[in-house]
Amino acid sequence: MNRFSYHRAGDIAEAAQMGAEPDTRFLAGGTNLVDLMKANVERPTRLVDISRLSQNTIEDLPEGGLRLGAFATNADTAYDERVEQRYPLLSSAILAGASPQLRNAATNGGNLNQRTRCYYFYDTETPCNKREPGSGCSAIGGVNRIHAILGTSEACIATHPSDMCVALAALEAEVRVQGPAGERVIAFADYHRLPGDEPWKDNTLQPGEIVTAIDLPADSFTENYTYLKLRDRLSYAFALVSVAVGLKMEGGKIAKARLALGGVAHKPWRVPAAEALLEGQEPSADLFAQAADAMLQGAVGQGTNDFKIELARRAIRRALRQAAAGTPQSQTNKQVA
Amino acid sequence: MSILEQAKQAAQGAAQSVIQKAVELAPESWLPGGKPDPLIHQKHGLIGKPVSRIDGPLKVQGKATFAAEFPMDGLLYASVAFSTVPKGRIASLDTSAAEAAPGVVLVMTYRNAPRMKPMPVFMSNAKAAGGDNLPVMQDDRIHWNGQPVALVLAETQEQADHAKSLIRVTYEAEPATTRFVEAKAQNTQPGLFMGQPMKQEIGDAEAALAAAPVKVDVTYTTPRHNHNAIEPHAATIVWQGDELLVHDASQAVTHTAWSLSEVFGIEESQVHVTSPYVGGGFGSKSLWQHQVLGAAAAKLTGRPVRIALSREGVYRMTGGRTLTEQRMAIGAAQDGRFEAIIHTGTVAMTHHNAMPEPFILPTRSAYAARTFKLDVEVTYLDMIANTFMRAPGESVGTFALESAVDEVAVALGMDPVALRMVNEPSEDPTEKKPFSSRNIVEAYRTGAERFGWTKRNPVPGSVRDGEWQVGMGVATSTYPYHRMPGGAARLTLTRDGRMKVEIAAHEMGMGTSTAQTQVTADRFGLQLDQVDFAYGDSFLPGQVLAGGSQQTASIGASVVAAQHAMVAELLKLAGNDSPLAGLRADEVGGMEGGLAKLDEPGRHETYASILSRAQRDEVAVVGSAPPPLETMHWSMHSWGAMFCEVRVNSVTGEVRVSRFLGSFDCGRILNAKTASSQFRGGIIMGLGMALMEETQFDERNGRIMNPSLAEYHVPVHLDVPEIDVMWTDIADPHAPMGARGIGEIGITGVGAAVANAIYNATGKRIRDLPITLDKLM
Ligand SMILES: Cc1cc2nc3c(=O)[nH]c(=O)nc-3n(C[C@H](O)[C@H](O)[C@H](O)COP(=O)(O)OP(=O)(O)OC[C@H]3O[C@@H](n4cnc5c(N)ncnc54)[C@H](O)[C@@H]3O)c2cc1C
Ligand code: SF4
Repeated sequence: MNRFSYHRAGDIAEAAQMGAEPDTRFLAGGTNLVDLMKANVERPTRLVDISRLSQNTIEDLPEGGLRLGAFATNADTAYDERVEQRYPLLSSAILAGASPQLRNAATNGGNLNQRTRCYYFYDTETPCNKREPGSGCSAIGGVNRIHAILGTSEACIATHPSDMCVALAALEAEVRVQGPAGERVIAFADYHRLPGDEPWKDNTLQPGEIVTAIDLPADSFTENYTYLKLRDRLSYAFALVSVAVGLKMEGGKIAKARLALGGVAHKPWRVPAAEALLEGQEPSADLFAQAADAMLQGAVGQGTNDFKIELARRAIRRALRQAAAGTPQSQTNKQVA
Repeated sequence: MSILEQAKQAAQGAAQSVIQKAVELAPESWLPGGKPDPLIHQKHGLIGKPVSRIDGPLKVQGKATFAAEFPMDGLLYASVAFSTVPKGRIASLDTSAAEAAPGVVLVMTYRNAPRMKPMPVFMSNAKAAGGDNLPVMQDDRIHWNGQPVALVLAETQEQADHAKSLIRVTYEAEPATTRFVEAKAQNTQPGLFMGQPMKQEIGDAEAALAAAPVKVDVTYTTPRHNHNAIEPHAATIVWQGDELLVHDASQAVTHTAWSLSEVFGIEESQVHVTSPYVGGGFGSKSLWQHQVLGAAAAKLTGRPVRIALSREGVYRMTGGRTLTEQRMAIGAAQDGRFEAIIHTGTVAMTHHNAMPEPFILPTRSAYAARTFKLDVEVTYLDMIANTFMRAPGESVGTFALESAVDEVAVALGMDPVALRMVNEPSEDPTEKKPFSSRNIVEAYRTGAERFGWTKRNPVPGSVRDGEWQVGMGVATSTYPYHRMPGGAARLTLTRDGRMKVEIAAHEMGMGTSTAQTQVTADRFGLQLDQVDFAYGDSFLPGQVLAGGSQQTASIGASVVAAQHAMVAELLKLAGNDSPLAGLRADEVGGMEGGLAKLDEPGRHETYASILSRAQRDEVAVVGSAPPPLETMHWSMHSWGAMFCEVRVNSVTGEVRVSRFLGSFDCGRILNAKTASSQFRGGIIMGLGMALMEETQFDERNGRIMNPSLAEYHVPVHLDVPEIDVMWTDIADPHAPMGARGIGEIGITGVGAAVANAIYNATGKRIRDLPITLDKLM
């Protein structure tokens, strides 16, 4: 680990100013950043601790939505009554991730900004474009069971590992950020980015910008939703594939559909065409299969992760069935569908 | 009262030891014609009772001192840099930034390391403990990706770790063999296990297979596995003049001491290795390069050194289980009798160790067959030396054998339990020796009854619960009885009637010290709290590897030998004024804190009384266990029947193990509580092997890519159902205490039980571990 100085920010403006300087990182719960520092992947010379700033509450929004403070913990968010009742999809997705200890420390802003779990990204002895621009991508042709099948580039095939973000994508949340140049609001779909030829950029934050809150729209899914996460063991493992589904049913038909996939791309994966295909239709196995195919259009495997394409197809169909039937996946009893 | 005392007393209360009859001396050997250990018939003593671990309170209170916790003045902390190529030479090595970093006292590389001999590689000598026999930081050669290339010593661990990250190494890489398929195509050689060839043919198995009306001839594969003991490897090391003291995390203190003396060219008596507590070993806690490097660095600086490997360090520097590719063929007659069993295949190994994962071992003794063909071929890779891991051979070998037996049962349309009974051998089928004790039929019968085996629907894929397909599977588990030569113990009886047992054995959390305290108390007619069991120190008598599930027998036989010497000594001391006057050793036994005549318990004198009349404060004797001839006369194995119920999601291929039962035949069980934990722990490890464990090895450069508990998956609580365990408790007349050792058998058979249950649930036969969801889609 590098030597670094530690500064506890007094307010967002101060933090943003310090954060704009090179080799500075924001420290929230530290569950990802500190690990990466120990592995010498992140080598900041200054940490600006933002975890104690006041944006750690969950507040109702005037138009019926909910504002999740960036520094509220994942656990406090998942167990907040309003989140549980109005956004059960989000609560479920958070609880599908990590472990209770981690969720108690991890913050909402940190969850958005956590970095990939690509093995090579973590091993400073191997080439990795995300860690060291231009050094190459070791995962291509290497160990890539956990890697992306959608939106990859020749420079990087990493995934974004978050569960929470998959639900936020389906809920069409908005990310509020504040930086040296002031505040702005980013639609969730535009927050994370694809690797392209700049895989070191995970998202669209500008230097110094801090996530201050995540706004959930008033419109939500409380009956017909599910968060389905498939992985190699039942807890404390990242998704091979996960699916967040929110449906609005009216007179036996799907009035509104929102779907997002996790574990398959550099960002939570949404395909508006797949959602459009579902809307106005009666739920059926055929329809779900079509939607799954639409979601996975263009998917390519990397060898050891080829199975993810078929797994995702099945997961989407199963998740749509769960959501349509109003029987969301339980995150505690995983013996049942 | 010490915590240990309190714990013992509490346990004592629970165990109600009432000893009414004197316990006769055990025989000094377990040769044919000899009598069994009289303790076998001791039904009212402590043996078998669920006594809680006497080291438990210390551990939960954090008062047990582990290897990386010994305080020392002036301690330096070590951090190790690893190579990043599998083969070649170090071209450049820049340590200047590391040397200039704060707190750094030494950067050791091949340029300044003291001259040392390679470690004697395991099994090259009775006391050899080395994981490999390579030069340890003596030259610029690289032999595996992850080999230590530099070691930093600093005043704190953080300073050492940071300085290590500043070391710059470049390599002149040489072509390396890191792909199994390529290595196999180049060359394979018959493997030797413990110096013995594994190749064996009885009759013409290929012809018998070809002629058999029913046959299965398939390939099973298992991946690399890494060790993940909760306590990563660590040692605190100091030179006191020419003497080396190593507080180690070890399952082989005597072996390690001797091996280190060879490395440093000093006398065995100059090396003292202690290991009072070990946070899990499973075959990994022997001598690897870190203890050697730590001792070398301590020598160079003249200061004590702590070398505590990071989790990544454990993966890079200590070996795991190698991969296997096994051909398993069984030919059967229509009535199910096996005509041919062929178990051959290839494993990867290195030139610098000698551990060809001996997967054929279980096949040697499990079933009767007219013909056999067994062989383990070895191919060499440029990788870290592989090593022992819980039930080496049996754990992955039973996956192939027991899956294939299930496949034969399917082909015959026969119940798999019934098929096993048809092929029950009357003697060891390949060694042609009688079994010392084999009650697998009983284990199957009781296990099947408790598990509800008869409720299984034999038609694959026929039981459904919504999306989930439900199935049951069964497999035989087995592990041999071992007792290695070299066991010895010192007994010290003090005037207050207490007995101290000292032996260079090990407690890795499995309950050895507790069970042996129970046994010793029963032998001598003492209470639990009158016995002290000292272990984990190379200066104690004996050479007792905690491996091969052999400690129980080895300690047992050593204590018996010492007891003979002790009783002879006591009878001498008792003299003519004792109720014991004139009695021979074989006429007396331990009872109520002293000795008594066997058929006349009234002739009794307490140990305290004998010593005080003789005006002795203590009597100490050392006894050496006889050579393990019992294994030459009998085929000695433990057995078990593993029953598993799984639910497989028909959409996603996810597997949930919903029920598991292990029914064991391991001889007499010495402590019901610690034994249950050993069985359950083994089964959980087996579930990991069946469903998720796999070292991600980048075949392009031989680098392990998931050296962390986040990415190397072992089961979490949610993955593990309630596990039921039971045992026959039938004593083995040819083993000390009638007990055959239980440390490893639990992991065996689990992989096949799960795979067979998955087949029953889905009709899909998965022959490649781990059975992840992608293989079931
Ligand atoms: C073993 C393990 C298993 C895990 N399993 C899962 C899982 O299954 N599913 C899952 O979703 N997650 C999982 N996680 C990841 C966990 O959710 C993240 O580590 C956590 O959400 C990060 O939050 P934090 O507050 O600790 O962030 P930190 O570690 O403090 O920060 C992470 C990054 O975000 C930046 N950052 C933090 N807050 C802000 C902000 N407000 N504005 C701008 N930048 C910010 C930091 O500078 C840093 O770069 C796992 C983690 C571990 C260690
Ligand atoms: S996939 Fe991305 S993160 Fe992984 S090695 Fe390639 S560039 Fe690095």
